[in-house]
Amino acid sequence: MERIDTIRKISEELTSELVVCNIGFPSRELHYLKDSSTHFYMLGSMGLASSIGLGIAMSTKRKVVIFDGDGSILMNLGSLVTIFNQNPDNLILIVLDNECYGSTGSQCSYASTVNLGNVAEAVGFKNNFFFDGNEKELKFKEVLNTCGPVFVHFKVKPGNANVPVIPLEAVDIKDRFMDEIKK
Amino acid sequence: MDGSQAVYNTLKQSEINFVVSLPCVNLDKLMKMVEADEDIIHVPVTREEEGFGICAGAFMGGKKPAILMQNSGLGNSVNALASLFELYKLPILMIISHRGTDGEFMSAQIPMGNATPKVLDALQIPYLNPKTPDEALKLIPKAWNIAETNGTPVGILLSIKFW
Repeated sequence: MERIDTIRKISEELTSELVVCNIGFPSRELHYLKDSSTHFYMLGSMGLASSIGLGIAMSTKRKVVIFDGDGSILMNLGSLVTIFNQNPDNLILIVLDNECYGSTGSQCSYASTVNLGNVAEAVGFKNNFFFDGNEKELKFKEVLNTCGPVFVHFKVKPGNANVPVIPLEAVDIKDRFMDEIKK
Repeated sequence: MDGSQAVYNTLKQSEINFVVSLPCVNLDKLMKMVEADEDIIHVPVTREEEGFGICAGAFMGGKKPAILMQNSGLGNSVNALASLFELYKLPILMIISHRGTDGEFMSAQIPMGNATPKVLDALQIPYLNPKTPDEALKLIPKAWNIAETNGTPVGILLSIKFW
């Protein structure tokens, strides 16, 4: 499955969940598919999607869904250790794993030789899901109804959709997102 | 009043309620006070940059965040400070044990100690440098006001002789 199709299918299941989306094409693809005040698009701070999501999850009761990537989580593996220890029941970390640094030209990452789902399990994550990307029907509701912290390892094809840059200013993304949280 | 108590009092006065930390020998007592405080969520982190990401999320979720770290952690966090905190105009109070300053016994601390104010200057991050617990009591409450009003990190550099 292409990453944009995966993001589309998961997004279709989301309602009031807060979404943190990784830097680069994942955020561009999500914005192209659907823009919402529940979305926090990461325009910088490579590697920190899971950390930003953890901070939000620990400060609100709302469910937080993080679209992260293999290169990103490899850059911040310590985040898995912190999330496991803080144990937020409202956090779902989805690693869209294309085994490469997609936004910079699809250079290989070590996710082709290291199974990130096994890493999460070794850290201690109890509620883990694996999708190989060949699912005919994606039953994501079960993931959303599982008590967190949830780790979702989702294999996707390398490559980016031809979608434009997000036409929003960072401060406007933040202000809109904070207003949404205050609701 | 000792330095740790003075800093803790100002965190309370500033209504800081979310703290991430990595240890420094000079922050040991302050970290224990924060950990024991039921009104503060304390999150030990594995690397300072991760802590900045968590604090960014916590602020957006309604908390008033601070980080306790050694100045070496500033070096670990430069990209997050520029492309997350500056870009999105996010506030955070940075309580920094500034090693490599007057009285340092370990020569290995000196390069990053010397670089620390210059790194903050390069990032255009304002910082205050209280020399005594009394000065800390006066200056740190102003720091959070600056951070919140301007949407910026503010550093508190606490050199070796402060403790």
